[in-house]
Amino acid sequence: MAEKILLKGNELLAEAAVRAGCQFFAGYPITPQNEVSEYLSWRLPQVGGVFIQAESEVAAINMLFGASAAGARCMTSSSSPGISLKQEGISYITAAELPCVIVNIQRGGPGLGNIRAAQGDYFQAVKGGGHGDYRLIVLAPATLQEVYDLTMNAFDYADYWRNPVMILGDGILGQMAEPVETKPYKPILQIPPKDYILDGCKGRAPRVIKTLILKPELGLVTHNEEMQAKYRKIEQAIQLCEEYETADAELIVSAYGIPGRVAKGAVKIARKKGIKAGLIRPVSLWPFPKKPFVKAAQTAKQFLVVEMSQGQFIEDVKLAMECRRPVEFLGKGGGWYPTQEAILEKIEQMLQSPKGAKS
Amino acid sequence: MEFHYPDALYNSHTHYCPGCGHGITHRLVAEVIDELGIREKTIATAPVGCAVLFYDYMKFDIIECAHGRSPAVATGIKRILSDRVVFTYQGDGDLAAIGTAETIHAANRGENITVIFINNAIYGMTGGQMAPTTMLGQYSTTTPKGRGKNGEGAPIRVCELLSSLEGVCYLERVAVSSPKDVMQAKRAIKKAFENQLAGKGYSLVEVLSMCPTDWKLAPEDALKFVNDDMKKIFPLGVFKDR
Repeated sequence: MAEKILLKGNELLAEAAVRAGCQFFAGYPITPQNEVSEYLSWRLPQVGGVFIQAESEVAAINMLFGASAAGARCMTSSSSPGISLKQEGISYITAAELPCVIVNIQRGGPGLGNIRAAQGDYFQAVKGGGHGDYRLIVLAPATLQEVYDLTMNAFDYADYWRNPVMILGDGILGQMAEPVETKPYKPILQIPPKDYILDGCKGRAPRVIKTLILKPELGLVTHNEEMQAKYRKIEQAIQLCEEYETADAELIVSAYGIPGRVAKGAVKIARKKGIKAGLIRPVSLWPFPKKPFVKAAQTAKQFLVVEMSQGQFIEDVKLAMECRRPVEFLGKGGGWYPTQEAILEKIEQMLQSPKGAKS
Repeated sequence: MEFHYPDALYNSHTHYCPGCGHGITHRLVAEVIDELGIREKTIATAPVGCAVLFYDYMKFDIIECAHGRSPAVATGIKRILSDRVVFTYQGDGDLAAIGTAETIHAANRGENITVIFINNAIYGMTGGQMAPTTMLGQYSTTTPKGRGKNGEGAPIRVCELLSSLEGVCYLERVAVSSPKDVMQAKRAIKKAFENQLAGKGYSLVEVLSMCPTDWKLAPEDALKFVNDDMKKIFPLGVFKDR
């Protein structure tokens, strides 16, 4: 039987990484994710891994570039302003098609913002973030069980697709604690041998890892097309989502991460009151799970998006169902949290005066 | 004397300008790698700058890094593969401007890597802008009145700067502007690799190198510029050896 443990989200994430075979971590202190580094500073050496407190976020992500090129499972962790600094390196790693795991325990922004939980980095995470055409696989846990499971899966996705994977959490997930069933690590994908790494050219031709491709046709244009072809495959392979009470729902609430969890509570109360509400909670944010939205739009008349930002996630909800139904918004940035009551009130309000109807 | 082409060097033409110091330094590095028998366990970083195509000329594993980030990338590689030989090849803008933080902290951690630092006092690839090592009064496309007239500060002396750091094992400044200098440069480069093989920590060799094109000098005059002008500001010698 799997053991149950109680750890802070940040520590749990770090432990899951170690159990998934993470051999290298580099990071720079920033609240509210410091426990990831602190935990790994003693835990990684126990299993023969490498922990480095880097001189900067920029150095940390570039250390991953090297560790990944050398064949190691590797991870860095930061929070919003720090993730902005890492974008150059993320673009390079993605262009070089190297695997790594990047954790963003989001805080309030823009600028230095504050240290309360927020979701203002959604666009940055799912639309690219750095320069050039690329995508990250983005996973958004809503419970600590998901933090544990998805962190392990993230390493498999990264290795299998040779692409960075971002775990997009927030300060609440990082700082809260709840019991988690810690199943031993079991790969969810069969990882092909890493025949691209740099480990010295003994017995083979020298290898080069580079992102400068001066030639356009049959060069950088082709490389971009190949990367896009890979992304289309990833879109087919990964569409993670929780659906709750959607089958007969007249109103669908959609949210990811912590607001998704709060929204589920609101939907439960609504159902008790006889309101036909349902929940779609994307777990993979890129690829975005479009199918449940298309399906729900056939029966549900209205959608409500809840996010701890000023209206970023809502764009992908509208795109997913190609604006077939009206979508209302409940959200604020800068450290505002939704409550079940606020979501329920909004649901009732929407049902009383549906969008488009005369009030 | 028999001419032998180093195993660590592809038999190819380089894109470097006539009189450039990169070709000489590439050859010295290749000869040293051959002599130490480490080609098959060497992993190098290529910089952003004129030497970005380093991997087209050198016959071992190479990773091309973002501008200035080589020391961090090399740290990641070496910490995972501690029995391999890892070195960075960087220019002055890469190492001492955009990558200053990575340079200082890799040195301070005493990373067991070798750094080959090409100082030609100018940005070559982008067409002759001011480098952190451009000398006072020296003209560049962004110091049209000569460096120092517009709040640019004075050149950074990298060996002197790093010499105070405890993690550093070996620092030497050499040149490739005369046969005698080239021979000394090779000795220094070899020592910097031997230090790594002995696990002694961070070693850096600064190579004063010619850039006739962006100095707007004939190759012969560029040699003179290194010997007469650069060596005054950047004195040759060993700055640390432990």
